[in-house]
Amino acid sequence: MTSLPQSTNKALGLVIDLDTCVGCHACVVNCKEWNTGGYGAPLADLDPYGAEPEGSWLNRIHTFEVSPADAPASIVHFPKSCLHCADAPCVTVCPTGASYKREEDGIVLVDEDMCIGCGLCAWSCPYGAREMDPVENVMKKCTLCVDRIYNENIPEVDREPACVRTCPAGARHFGDFADPNSNVSQLVSERGGFDLMPEMGTSPVNKYLPPRPKTKPSSCGSATPLTAAQPKAGGLLGWLDQALEKLG
Amino acid sequence: MHPAISVIFFTVMSGAGFGLMAMIGVGVPLPGGLLAAFLIPLLAGGLAVAGLIASTFHLGHPERAWRAFSQWRSSWLSREGCASVITLLLFGLYTLIWMVTGERALWLGLLIAAGSLVTVYTTAMIYAQLKTVPHWHTGLTPTCYLVFSLTCGYVLATGLSGFVVSNSDAAGLAVLAIALAWIVKYMWWKHAENASLADSGSTMETATGLGNIGKVRLLERPHTGENYLTREMVHVVGRKHAAKLRKIALLLGAALPLLITLAVWAFTASTLWMVFAFLALMAGLFVERWLFFAEAEHAVSLYYGGPQG
Repeated sequence: MTSLPQSTNKALGLVIDLDTCVGCHACVVNCKEWNTGGYGAPLADLDPYGAEPEGSWLNRIHTFEVSPADAPASIVHFPKSCLHCADAPCVTVCPTGASYKREEDGIVLVDEDMCIGCGLCAWSCPYGAREMDPVENVMKKCTLCVDRIYNENIPEVDREPACVRTCPAGARHFGDFADPNSNVSQLVSERGGFDLMPEMGTSPVNKYLPPRPKTKPSSCGSATPLTAAQPKAGGLLGWLDQALEKLG
Repeated sequence: MHPAISVIFFTVMSGAGFGLMAMIGVGVPLPGGLLAAFLIPLLAGGLAVAGLIASTFHLGHPERAWRAFSQWRSSWLSREGCASVITLLLFGLYTLIWMVTGERALWLGLLIAAGSLVTVYTTAMIYAQLKTVPHWHTGLTPTCYLVFSLTCGYVLATGLSGFVVSNSDAAGLAVLAIALAWIVKYMWWKHAENASLADSGSTMETATGLGNIGKVRLLERPHTGENYLTREMVHVVGRKHAAKLRKIALLLGAALPLLITLAVWAFTASTLWMVFAFLALMAGLFVERWLFFAEAEHAVSLYYGGPQG
């Protein structure tokens, strides 16, 4: 049934730290690597080594430039994947029941065997979190690595989404937002985590942490520039130097 | 949005088909006899079914389309599927009664008219429900779909009635219907002018949440080529000739049918001529529907450099 659950026992999701992300795309690659062999159909690529490669990915990194009025512009790398919204429009628009939100942990999933590939869920998502697989013709989306996080066949340390596990900068955090004491809830309250496009009324579970304020050059005080060291010349060159100085 | 031919064909054709079914249902005078009782419903049902079949070409897995009847409690697309099939089944029964008895059962016809209206409304709501596309997210969208559907149905039904009666008053009413439909569309266009993503409060600043730091612009896309999202929702090529296409839509869909219908009315000519008005109206609606998709801005474009690309 594609009605949304009244509430979920847990609200699993990610915190993405825009201050820390270095835009290396490691999370993108590891996401593709894990999910092409795990849950559902493989994530296809068309023309992967050709002139116009494209394919379905569940996580992508955009790069933005932010220009404050009174300071130089700064670069913000911006990872984006499904936000597992509490009020997910992609679930209710689905005509077949393929798209659903789990009551136990709030993860939004697609039952690919029921998906007719109409694409309406992707149209209803403001974040571009869903992509149609070009080979299987079913809708693909982030599963929050549902086949890792509860997987007792892999070491406990690996039981978190592939993107979180692989991030070399520690910019991604996984946890339960329904628990106010969880690592992710703490991070959100400490760092002022925010929603993307709150005006869309989707109540996303995933939160983003803002870049920390930059130190402005004017507030650093002025420093006297150092003069370059003048090496003393000796011998013939030294005599020549002195002689020429005397000439004025 | 990408103007997919299958979806344009679906909305225009099934709109006209259900409009005609509604007109047959409410008892617009039509030729009698077994042949008419077979061919006229075939035309109405054929338009509706052709549109519905075209819509399945848009699907990645058309063989699973039957699953779309299950989620009518929550999904407008599912409701559209259910409403269309129920209305078509009732219309089949109506046709059977008409062919066997030669009578058009009014009670069933009214039910079909209601079903047709519900079907067209649900079709429009597939688009109007989307907050991500502010152009569409208005009550004017279903109003537009409904008036165009009824106008198409009425103009065609009046045309077909020309075989038996010469009723130029019906042409007069058709003039009003065509004019009213395009007035509603004009209101929709006026609404669209003030319903950009920015007007609805979504900008690259809200999309990234970085607005309180400063002005945001896209520096690098996540990938060098296209992807499903950019082709489907960040489609801007179609808007290039929007102004010209709007004129073409008005010329074919409004001016020409109005001219034909006015002439029929003024010269009390046979309403059979109105079949041509119907054809022109349909041609205009294909262009209008193309623009409906091509001009619509989707919120996801904010992550790809903004709606202007």
